[in-house]
Amino acid sequence: MLIRKPADIRSSDITPKEVFLRRRELLQAGLMAGGLALGGPAMAAILPPGRRAKLVDVAAGKFSTDETVNSYTDITTYNNYYEFGTGKSDPFENAQEFEPMPWTVKVAGHCEKTGIFDLEDFIRPYALEERIYRLRCVEAWSMVIPWVGVPLADIVRQYRPLSNAKYVVFETLLDPERMPGQRSRALHWPYVEGLTIAEAVNPLSLLAVGVYGEVLPNQNGAPMRLVVPWKYGFKSIKGIVSMTFSETRPRTTWERAAPHEYGFYANVNPEVDHPRWSQARERRIGSSVGGLQGILGAAKQETLMFNGYGEHVAHLYEGLDLRRNF
Amino acid sequence: MLFVLCLVPALLVVADAYGIGGTLGANPIEEIQDRFGNWGLRFILIALAVTPLRQLTGRNWLLRFRRMLGLFAFFYVLMHFLAWLLLDQGLLTSAIAGEEFDWSVITEDIFERPFITIGFAALLILVALAATSTAGQRRRLGRYWQKLHNGVYLAAVLGVWHYWWQVKKDFSEPLVYALVLAVLLGYRVWHHRLQTRVGSARNSRAGLPQNH
Repeated sequence: MLIRKPADIRSSDITPKEVFLRRRELLQAGLMAGGLALGGPAMAAILPPGRRAKLVDVAAGKFSTDETVNSYTDITTYNNYYEFGTGKSDPFENAQEFEPMPWTVKVAGHCEKTGIFDLEDFIRPYALEERIYRLRCVEAWSMVIPWVGVPLADIVRQYRPLSNAKYVVFETLLDPERMPGQRSRALHWPYVEGLTIAEAVNPLSLLAVGVYGEVLPNQNGAPMRLVVPWKYGFKSIKGIVSMTFSETRPRTTWERAAPHEYGFYANVNPEVDHPRWSQARERRIGSSVGGLQGILGAAKQETLMFNGYGEHVAHLYEGLDLRRNF
Repeated sequence: MLFVLCLVPALLVVADAYGIGGTLGANPIEEIQDRFGNWGLRFILIALAVTPLRQLTGRNWLLRFRRMLGLFAFFYVLMHFLAWLLLDQGLLTSAIAGEEFDWSVITEDIFERPFITIGFAALLILVALAATSTAGQRRRLGRYWQKLHNGVYLAAVLGVWHYWWQVKKDFSEPLVYALVLAVLLGYRVWHHRLQTRVGSARNSRAGLPQNH
């Protein structure tokens, strides 16, 4: 379902306001009517409806670590997603009511195929794969997470970037009514992140739509988020509504918030400290009710260069001073 | 009674560590540090509220609890520090495993991370205040005791600053502490000015020289 539209015009500019505001209801009504007429869904959805819906046809992907995976509870209750609040448990608490579907992704900028696409069409025809990646937060904690998604490289190529496209820029949904954290000015909204084209087409880069074999929970960035495991977690933008091919480097959200603390590259690097804390070590997340014994099990471990993914990504930064380009 | 009440936050940490009634969440060590640190700051502010409350309400019996509240502030700040040293930095794990502990990591953090430096400075002040909190010490130190114990204002400012500095972006919580502290310190300035004015007014009525 490709809705052809000049990429620079927002749907709110050309749709009557009352129709625009009711677009979700209208879409839902339309989908229901279509479903009834055909006596069932026309095509099996890649992303089945409903919370914790099981994803089917998930192949085991490459690059998975065999480290102990964090529990579903840890992964879904300890999150940084300022759109739903700045506390670690805020996203879990405040995102329960959020209904991501239906969801569209706008593709714009220097590429041959632009437009607004339904999420299903945006990720079709690629098969889902599971990738168990380490995630290292800039706050010096880490997890191991079984993502399900589609390689970003496949999606980028599908939209055929032009030769002057140097960066891929992503934006999170801007909707303060549904994302209560956006009512405060903790960050500049909408959240913006970006990668160089080379980073985006690196085989490690993943657009995740699920975790633990199920659709993404809201607090983890439903319905679709980026996962770039060699970079600090804040690069892995959640709730993506647009992908723009740009000639110039975007001003990313955390870089804008504190440019001397968070850079554009944000590669995990134990040798370059955050101005206020060390990045040499990290704590592997893991809840415990085993008293002191259990707590002591969560000792800190050494942080690895590029979060241990150097063999796949180090070549991207040859000749780049990583101390300056942090 | 109040003593037991003041211990509740610490008891809750222990209960949650064993999963009784609650949990410490996905990052238990950070949770322990945060809770002790928060309660340390809260008790400093509560102890600093005693004098204004007493003066405004005339309930002089409040003063009896000031020392205990101050010692609880010290207790929670000390636990916050110990949680950082023993659990976060892993001194306890190393000790149990019989491994050599790398103290340079600790000294580096204390001297090179400004937010830790000021937090540690606040702790040292509170150590001095706690050590001189007995009636005997108070007598022995005489007029120096009050001077020394005015250090609590500095410790409170450093404590809030320490919190403010380690927050990533959302300053709303440290801001609440800063505002409460500003009110408590502002009250003292206002009260002091009032006293001086009343005092000098009396003096001038009595025809005594004023010194400004």
